[in-house]
Amino acid sequence: MFEYDFMQNAFAAATIVSIVAGLVGYFLVLRGETFAGHALAHVGFTGATGAVLIGVAPLWGMVAMTVAAGVSMGFLGERLAQRDVAIGIVLALSLGFGLLFLHFFTAFASQATALLFGNVLAVDMNTVWILLALGIISVAALAVISRPLLFASLQPELAEAKGVSLRLYSVLFLAVTALTIAECAQIVGVLLVFALMVGPAAAAQQLTTRIGRGLLLSVGLALAEAWSGITLAFYTDWPSSFWITALSAGIYLFSTLLPRMLRTQKPVWIA
Amino acid sequence: MNAISFHDVTLRLDGHVVLDNVSLEIVQQEFIGVLGPNGAGKTTLMRAALGLVPAGGGKIDVLGRLATRGNPDIGYMPQVRRALGTMRLSGWDFVAGVVGGHRLGMPILGKTDRAEVDRALALVGASELAHRPLAEISGGEQQRLLLAQALIGRPQLLLLDEPLSNLDPHHQQAVVALVKSLQAELGITVLFSAHELNPLLGTIDRVLYLGHGQAALGTVDEVITGPVLSRIYGSEIDVVRLKNRIFVMSGGHDVERDEHRHDLLSEQTHIPGR
Ligand SMILES: Nc1ncnc2c1ncn2[C@@H]1O[C@H](COP(=O)(O)OP(=O)(O)O)[C@@H](O)[C@H]1O
Ligand SMILES: [Mg+2]
Repeated sequence: MFEYDFMQNAFAAATIVSIVAGLVGYFLVLRGETFAGHALAHVGFTGATGAVLIGVAPLWGMVAMTVAAGVSMGFLGERLAQRDVAIGIVLALSLGFGLLFLHFFTAFASQATALLFGNVLAVDMNTVWILLALGIISVAALAVISRPLLFASLQPELAEAKGVSLRLYSVLFLAVTALTIAECAQIVGVLLVFALMVGPAAAAQQLTTRIGRGLLLSVGLALAEAWSGITLAFYTDWPSSFWITALSAGIYLFSTLLPRMLRTQKPVWIA
Repeated sequence: MNAISFHDVTLRLDGHVVLDNVSLEIVQQEFIGVLGPNGAGKTTLMRAALGLVPAGGGKIDVLGRLATRGNPDIGYMPQVRRALGTMRLSGWDFVAGVVGGHRLGMPILGKTDRAEVDRALALVGASELAHRPLAEISGGEQQRLLLAQALIGRPQLLLLDEPLSNLDPHHQQAVVALVKSLQAELGITVLFSAHELNPLLGTIDRVLYLGHGQAALGTVDEVITGPVLSRIYGSEIDVVRLKNRIFVMSGGHDVERDEHRHDLLSEQTHIPGR
């Protein structure tokens, strides 16, 4: 299957995005901000459709909107990031606006499915290079902030006392998350970003309680799911996003069951 | 040099006066019990020493320097408000995440940093339980991990905010004894807040009693008396001693035990501004 250019591009894009999503997603799950991530993806849809309306590539509209929304969410603080109703309303509103933009630009409507559900087999070489550049920025930024970010996530009050600005790292991390979401959306679409960003990271945290191993496992699972998804799509002609979400859900389910199955084989200690 | 000095300090939160023009001096290597009903300002006082709440006109010195955020000589154990079990992490990683956490970069620990984590865990007797996931250890064991986090960086002053909350009396005694032995072994100053005095009796050197914006600092015999507490609570308080226990009573009720029942307290002792 690698004799086709589109398959090479698909694998290259999936590899870049899976590495970024696995790393950033790990912190997103650890911080309990997955729902905020979900909302950012929806906001990205508005950005992408709005960009098309003014004649800009959807990817840039998505990057601009998600990063702007991520930064504002970070400034508004944890109070908002954990307020499910407010986020839920914002995400419904942004999908509504996205629909409105599509309505104004009917010729583009066929691409709506690609934005919503992704189409990795349509990624061209140029997009791969853009994804690589964005991916390097995301991972480099995460590497620079990861130590204080982890401190602020584990023990916010103590981190604050030691001079770590909770708001600064909340803003920076949501900006990195937003960039990652815009990248993920190229593979699985805005509605299914959870499959790549949250599924592998959550499964990794079920399987190991060590941070280093968890990060590696999260990346490994994201890569495995994305590569297998594309391969299965190639041979079955079913959408790659379907396969990726199915694998993501399956692996997460397995990860929650596995520790329980292992535990029942050990003697039960009553402490 | 004092561990902590407050000079005419007024602490406000959103305009609400928590401490009103308070001055006090805590000597190094003292073990201070910080007491007072819920909302008295125990947490706010500690956060002020950490530089997280401004001194409002007065001056706060900590170990000879003005209180500022990021003082590496202070170890802090925040009041537990949320369950730790939601994070899928081992206890070791939970404590290790604190080491050098204010510096940029990746959380990769070198040999000395790892030794620091092991030392802190050993000091609180948590070396074994640190291998287990946070979600699977008890409240008392989680308190030990929080204490280990506070000890990272070898602080001279420990601020422990309600380490006894949610613990049964047996575990409470174990935590008090552990902190006392750490204080003696490391030669550090400890501020230990609690809303009941009895678990701390016999261990603390002095008591800092907060209430109604006021503070009284002295030995248990000096502070836990009818006149001093009546001034702090703003109503008639009786202190009853039974064997080795002390009960602070208002109109027949034990206010330390009842203080979380706000309706009862506000009936017995009028609290202005609430
Ligand atoms: N963010 C805030 N804004 C305004 N008032 C607050 C805030 N946080 C706490 N308070 C009030 O300040 C007082 C002191 O609170 P606190 O220091 O937490 O008391 P304690 O730790 O002794 O229970 C309480 O009356 C509380 O209601
Ligand atoms: Mg408190």
